[in-house]
This record gives sequence, C-alpha cells and structure tokens, in this order.
Amino acid sequence: MIIGLGHYLTVAALLFTLGVFGIFLNRKNLIVILMSIELILLAVNLNFVAFSHFLDDLTGQIFAMFILTVAAAEAAIGLAILVVYFRNRRTVEVDDANLLKG
Amino acid sequence: MSEDANMLTAIAFYVFSAVLLGAGFMTITARNPVHAVLSLILAFFTAAGLFVLLGAEFLAMLLVVVYVGAVAVLFLFVVMMLDIDFVKLRRGMQQYMLLGFAVGGILALELVLIVAQHWSLAVVKAGASGVSNTVAIGRVLYTDYVLDFQTAGLVLLTAMIGAIVLTLRRRSGVKHQSGWRQVSREPADCVETVDIRPGEGA
Repeated sequence: MIIGLGHYLTVAALLFTLGVFGIFLNRKNLIVILMSIELILLAVNLNFVAFSHFLDDLTGQIFAMFILTVAAAEAAIGLAILVVYFRNRRTVEVDDANLLKG
Repeated sequence: MSEDANMLTAIAFYVFSAVLLGAGFMTITARNPVHAVLSLILAFFTAAGLFVLLGAEFLAMLLVVVYVGAVAVLFLFVVMMLDIDFVKLRRGMQQYMLLGFAVGGILALELVLIVAQHWSLAVVKAGASGVSNTVAIGRVLYTDYVLDFQTAGLVLLTAMIGAIVLTLRRRSGVKHQSGWRQVSREPADCVETVDIRPGEGA
C-alpha cells in the first residue's frame, strides 16, 4: 500500500472544501470565517508540500513558508480589525457592516 | 522501502488525514467558539504530522510554532476576551446549511475527481544530497530566495505595525505615565530649600 500524490491532494481538496463550507455555514460569524480562511490556506500548503515532495523540488516548501507568513499577517490584521469593529459596534456580525451601503 | 515501512506510512497517513478532516469539520460546526479554536489547533497539529510524513520537517515545526503558538492563541484570546453573543450569530445557520452542502458537495466532488487520479510525474531526482530538510531549505532560502525572504519580513513588520495602530487607543480618565515630563524634571522644579531657624519650626 503506497501513499501517492493523489492521496495527499484528495485530503487537501477535502480540507479546502471544508473551509469553503465553513464560510457558507457561518456567514454571520466573522471569527469562524477567519478560521475557515486559515483552513483553506492550510489545504493549499498541504498541496504545495505534497508536490514539493513528489517532484523532489524544494521550491514548493519555500512557497509554503511564504504562505505561512502571509497567513500569520492576515490573521493578525484581521483580528485587529475585528477587535476595533467590535469596540465600535458591539457585535461581529458581518451583516451589520453596512455603513458604506455597499 | 520495505513493505512494513510502507504499511506504517499508510496507517499514519490515514490516521492523520482522518483526524485532520474531523478537526476541520469540528472547527466550522462547533457550537462553542472556544471548541472551534481548539479543533483548529488539532487540525494544525495533524497537518504538521502529514508534513513530517512528506519529509518537510522544518515546515512541520514551523506550522506548530507559528500556527499553534501564535495564530491559534491569538484567535483564542480574541474569542475569550470579547463579549460576543454567539447564540445570535448562529441564528439562521440551518437556512445556510442547504446551500452550503450543495456548493461544498459539488466543489468536493469536482476537486476529488480531478485530483485523485493516478499521477505520473516526471520526477527529477536532484541527487540525494544527504542533508536534512532544514539544511536544504536554509541553503536555498538565504541564496536564491533572499529577496523574497526579506519581503516576507517586511510583510510581517507591516502587519505588526498595522495591528498595533488599529487597536491602540487613548482612553480618557486613566492615569498615564508621561516619559517626557518625567525625564525633563529638574531638581529646581520640585525641591525647595527652606531655611528654618532653630526653635521656630512647626
């Protein structure tokens, strides 16, 4: 029983779908949406590392590291915006962010 | 690789994958947001396990340090510190469930159909260099990718400054320490020498 690239890609695809599903499911809750984005980025990282392993090329792992960096920055900024938003509106409901009437 | 090693790898892969997907599902469906964050941490740990199986030890450790140590704890802090009414936020979840299942199911089906094929890659064996994963990454990261590496540092700096600027606030009615006033005080401003004659002191 040999675990090939297809196995890893399937797991990553399912994880990606879970992330998208999470955004649909928790459409009001900004925190869980941010967590779903983290799941999606994790799935992408898994893809990169799997290809990096099976192609024997380190570039995928380097790129996964940069994705990790951007994900950390995104989480920090996103949560900061969330805290400021909560301070002003006393809620984190996405539907309430309608001041711009967009 | 021997048959036993392959078997062990396969078992580890299936266990890690099952836990990873289960934890991911728990993250998005958990009733209690703290449980959602803890499931997210579990998902990161098991993903690190998968990375180790793929021979990317350095990234696995990085995942544990950065995600579990920083990002997940940040989420935990925000969830616990803010007084958010989560019951109100969960209202209307059932009505999104159907659409979510439809979109998610179709997406999963498509992705798995495309992805789970028999891949035949033109594997370029770059000569088994015999160095560890960390050494190999270090060799290319600080040479070929040094500019990208520095840019990543700038991204993190921007994120740090942005988060501080966004959340810092001056509250009135709170005693603050003024460094400038403290440093610029002179002895003449605050110490007075009074000449008191003997026997007349208060």
